[in-house]
Amino acid sequence: MNAKRTAAVEVEKLTKRFGDFVAVDAVSFAVEAGEVFGFLGPNGAGKTTTIKMLTGLVSPTSGRGTVAGLDIRTQGKEIKRHIGYMSQLFSLYADLTVEENIAFFSGLYGVPRERRAERRDWVLEMAGLQEQRRRLTGELSLGWKQRLALGCAVLHEPPVLFLDEPTSGVDPISRRGFWDLIYALAATGTTVFVTTHYMEEAEFCHRLALMNRGRLIALDTPARLREGLREPLLEARTSDGTRTIEALEGAPGVAQAGLFGRAVHVTLKEGEDAGRDRARLAELLAGRGIEVESIERIEPSLEDVFIALVERTGGAVVD
Amino acid sequence: MADPLLRVDGLTREFGDLTAVAGVSFEVGRGELFGLVGPDGAGKTTTLRMLAGVLRPTSGDALMDGISMAREPERAKPRLAYMSQRFGLYADLTVEENLRFYADLHLVPRAERAARLERLYRFSNLGPFKDRLAGKLSGGMKQKLGLSCALIHQPELLLLDEPTFGVDPVSRRDLWLIVHEMVEQGVTAVVSTAYMDEAERFDRLALLHQGKVLAVDTPSALQKGLEGEILELRTDRVREAKEAASKLPTVRRAAIFGDRLHLTVPSASADGPAVESALRQAGFAPREARPIPPSLEDVFIERIAAAEAAAA
Repeated sequence: MNAKRTAAVEVEKLTKRFGDFVAVDAVSFAVEAGEVFGFLGPNGAGKTTTIKMLTGLVSPTSGRGTVAGLDIRTQGKEIKRHIGYMSQLFSLYADLTVEENIAFFSGLYGVPRERRAERRDWVLEMAGLQEQRRRLTGELSLGWKQRLALGCAVLHEPPVLFLDEPTSGVDPISRRGFWDLIYALAATGTTVFVTTHYMEEAEFCHRLALMNRGRLIALDTPARLREGLREPLLEARTSDGTRTIEALEGAPGVAQAGLFGRAVHVTLKEGEDAGRDRARLAELLAGRGIEVESIERIEPSLEDVFIALVERTGGAVVD
Repeated sequence: MADPLLRVDGLTREFGDLTAVAGVSFEVGRGELFGLVGPDGAGKTTTLRMLAGVLRPTSGDALMDGISMAREPERAKPRLAYMSQRFGLYADLTVEENLRFYADLHLVPRAERAARLERLYRFSNLGPFKDRLAGKLSGGMKQKLGLSCALIHQPELLLLDEPTFGVDPVSRRDLWLIVHEMVEQGVTAVVSTAYMDEAERFDRLALLHQGKVLAVDTPSALQKGLEGEILELRTDRVREAKEAASKLPTVRRAAIFGDRLHLTVPSASADGPAVESALRQAGFAPREARPIPPSLEDVFIERIAAAEAAAA
């Protein structure tokens, strides 16, 4: 069958005001079925309000949107039955066994009785929990708990799954295992909407949306966001970090300089020639009697991109 | 290491039949920024609590400048600051009142207070908020205030337990700037984190896993010590491509990151072409292949795998 790619989440000029305050300001985007979509932004950016509108908990002031084909303004109740939700603080019952937790959430999500055994077995299989099925959930490692929490969140086969910092704090092997499960779900058409403060999680997403001050300020793949950063980055290793920063702040071509461990990360202004600036700044530092061990152009991390975009759009809200 | 500030030797803590920290040893030099890096449950908090002298080890010891934290922690405490995950800020005191409270607690001389507050406000950018109630601050600003309170008595040793946990990237960078400034001025700091992407900030770090130290070294030495290189490429049907790549003899590990594959191979330049060719023949249309530097996460994964193989 020629499956047509349809948007699983779509919003157009979505806006939410609280009195004079515009929490979400004409945000538009579309997420395809089967996409792993990351939703980022500093505190106060409007992320939480957007998610609340998408899940039918808050109604928009203006604009429109659909989740799993349902209207977020009029079909909030139905939406809740068509989405799954898992956060790091997902409350599994520690003193129930793995199977008992699955049975409990099956009931909660209204999985039809005749399908419960099949769904339970599917979750145990997907999460690799067959051997732990009769163990108390509280005795499982964090990695296993997160797999179980994910399984419970998709018992009712929701077309759209919301994840909030799902793999915060797990070891990197468990984290990669968890994301393999997410990709497997996505491959069957489940749309995965991830919110996180951690770039380590953002790296796993197909596309990232970044919000600041109520607006959508970037939307692209992690790789293209990195390549698209217009401000080149230099890393300087010198005999004195503090004096290096003092010397560089306000120097021509320099947007910002700050300590990163022993090194100083220097953000150049948009359109600066990193090669020429490298030599020029090395001269400038030498002229101030600062010994320069090295000064090199470095690839920006996703966090560098995130911070540059937030600062370009007025900085984060500070309260 | 000649004359370290902190010498940790066989530090062990049991809670009933659970061994939270199992024979941890490392040294921290004067003025060093040292990281305790590992997932939740690796023993970071228990280790820091013993270094701070608030928890007695079951065996082993930590010496701060020769003072035993197991036997005479009270002698060392005035010289260190410990910021736990639940640092005690007073929600119904203002920012400045909290700072003054901690200044009193640590007997900071009155004559020095104004200058120290001024300096901490400059680092933390909390000055404009000094009359705000601590309970009304955002998570990131609370962490900055906690750190400022911990620094008010100008400790030689700063122990920070996951200071950036739950903090957004903008506030996180501000917190790190404060730590880097302190270290630049000669303070020794031991900081724990579960986030590998923060590990590059440390002078040296200990990778902790299940209560044990897997490795202690500088970030670059750990990266250079990784056997093999990482080849990044894009393919069609990336999940199936990962399965196929995993079966190739030169591919030790394969992971998906969005629309990209990361393959650990002995040499990206020598083995890359054969890997690409095999994937091309299998119909996965590999493209944009390039070697990428291994991350500390890649290093950690190899170390955990090696430790588990040795235990099995």
